Amino acid sequence: MWIEWNIAVKFLRESRSQTALILVGIAVGVSVIVFITALITGLQDNIIDRTLGTQAHIKVQSPDEANRILPAAAGVTQLVLEDKRAQRLRSINNWQQVMLQLDGLADVTAVSPVLSGPAFARRGVALESVALVGIDVARYQKIIPIAKDIVAGSFRVGAGDAVIGKLLADDLGLRVGDKLRLDAGRDAVTVVNVAGIFELGVRELDSRYVYLDLKQTQTLLGLPGGVTVIDVTVRDIFAADVVAARIGRLTGLKSESWMETNAQLMNALTSQSLSTNMISLFVALSVAFGIASVLSVSVVQRTREIGILRAMGTTQGQMLGVFLIQGALFGLAGSAIGSAAGYALVWAFNNLGPGLFYIPVSPSLVPIAMAIATVTGVVSAALPARRAARLDPVVAIRYV
Amino acid sequence: MSEQMQATAEDSQPVLRLQAIHKSYNIGQPTETEVLHGIDMQVGRKEFAALIGPSGSGKSTLLNLIGLLDSPTSGELFLLGQPTREMDDAARTALRGSSIGFVFQFHHLIQAFTALENVLIPLMLAHGKPSKDSVDRARGLLVEVGLEKFVGRKPNQLSGGQQQRVAIARALVTRPALLLADEPTGNLDSKTAAEVFALFRQFNEKFGCAVLLVTHDMQLSDACDRQIRLVDGAIAQG
Repeated sequence: MWIEWNIAVKFLRESRSQTALILVGIAVGVSVIVFITALITGLQDNIIDRTLGTQAHIKVQSPDEANRILPAAAGVTQLVLEDKRAQRLRSINNWQQVMLQLDGLADVTAVSPVLSGPAFARRGVALESVALVGIDVARYQKIIPIAKDIVAGSFRVGAGDAVIGKLLADDLGLRVGDKLRLDAGRDAVTVVNVAGIFELGVRELDSRYVYLDLKQTQTLLGLPGGVTVIDVTVRDIFAADVVAARIGRLTGLKSESWMETNAQLMNALTSQSLSTNMISLFVALSVAFGIASVLSVSVVQRTREIGILRAMGTTQGQMLGVFLIQGALFGLAGSAIGSAAGYALVWAFNNLGPGLFYIPVSPSLVPIAMAIATVTGVVSAALPARRAARLDPVVAIRYV
Repeated sequence: MSEQMQATAEDSQPVLRLQAIHKSYNIGQPTETEVLHGIDMQVGRKEFAALIGPSGSGKSTLLNLIGLLDSPTSGELFLLGQPTREMDDAARTALRGSSIGFVFQFHHLIQAFTALENVLIPLMLAHGKPSKDSVDRARGLLVEVGLEKFVGRKPNQLSGGQQQRVAIARALVTRPALLLADEPTGNLDSKTAAEVFALFRQFNEKFGCAVLLVTHDMQLSDACDRQIRLVDGAIAQG
């Protein structure tokens, strides 16, 4: 191996400008791949973070109520005119047991029971429709760390305290410490104290959510002891659909992952990944063809020297090795330069760019890119190397 | 005693023996031509022979066969007593690397390597990274061909005669049993040619390697101990 390596390096060093040109070509290709991969990964992480920052990975609910129609007796034709049933607010049966069961699942990181229902918020003559969200603070915080989005007051519910969204507070002219009247219908009215104001950056939530203590909400909505939703987070967010399906089978409840709830987003992310992969693939292909053509030219240029080396006792295998090593070196060195350039681009984007989001730099990206580039180099070199190995020394020596 | 007998037996065996060698090109095609028509010859140890003949007589073809760069269509070629026709590429290459040294008309050095490295190539190919002994041997040969001051130079920094001396040193570094030279002085002026020829003589005597020299130059061939004349693919005198 030593001699193949030695000859390969000497050959590359001798044809310096050729080597430099192809290295620049490979470096440009690799930097594009590194940058675009980091960019898209960063972008997707960012989008997913923002989306999942305000919602659970899986929502477990009671199955929808449906009419049960008695089958007709034999020989009787039955005509059915069916009105779909209105979905009333219902508790999940035996939710404490369900929650304990979910707590025990390996892929699940947090479980939080939530009771949510509609109400009106009134202050003076102003009236807003809101969603009451009754929570167990400790558990809910593990799903949505809302305490860090508090802009005024503190995240405190219970004992008549409520936490409301920034937009709702603006609409009703509320400040921390003010009183807010909540009307859940059926003469269930209560007055709560605004203990904190949050801003999640999602309009729907900021203008409608009113966080309350779970018990108080149960009273207001007339569901003593009940919850309507169990929020779940999982370890691997992209396995949420699998876990959701398992929870569905396990509990017999309706279990929906964020991927189903955000089908369009998932679709966009998948297409984005696909197009990134396509770009990477084609850039890699053109790099591979570049390496192959440079080495092909080199084989022709060195035909005579190859003949001499063969006459001196170089085996076909050694000759093959010389050119495969050149391909590998092209890939390795080119990708090292290209990775550095790619990182520089990422740095420039993070520090000088539009500042829309931050691209995290994955430490595994460079070794992976370099390994792939090296393998690509070897594969691209295969054809020219084979030609070099198969050159007839008699013909090659007389080649001018 | 038996060792001595063995050595004698080996000594008496020719370095090279050709047996009814035929060589044809474009076999099976309408342009099929036979270039060599049954060559029988042998070259003994320490022999210093010239292979002469007009252009197109098959000299180069014969030299390629002897150098194991090509294989005969029929017949058998024994190198150091070993039959070579059935050998695969790896075995041929190994035998070629260890027992034959080549010197070509156009020096044929590897441009990317220095003079010393060029001389070391055959050893590096056989044994990998050169040992100190190998480097010493290569350096010693360069000194003997009068290039002690040029060991670190690249071929393009050497004159034609100097390059040919490097090529001779390279051919001898493996201590081959047979040195093949194809018009080694064809590209040199007469003074340099004489010096190069003297080197062949010197190494023939010093290392005891057989020399087979292909040449057009009658003066050169006359200076050899034996002349093998090839005419129209057959040996006319040998």
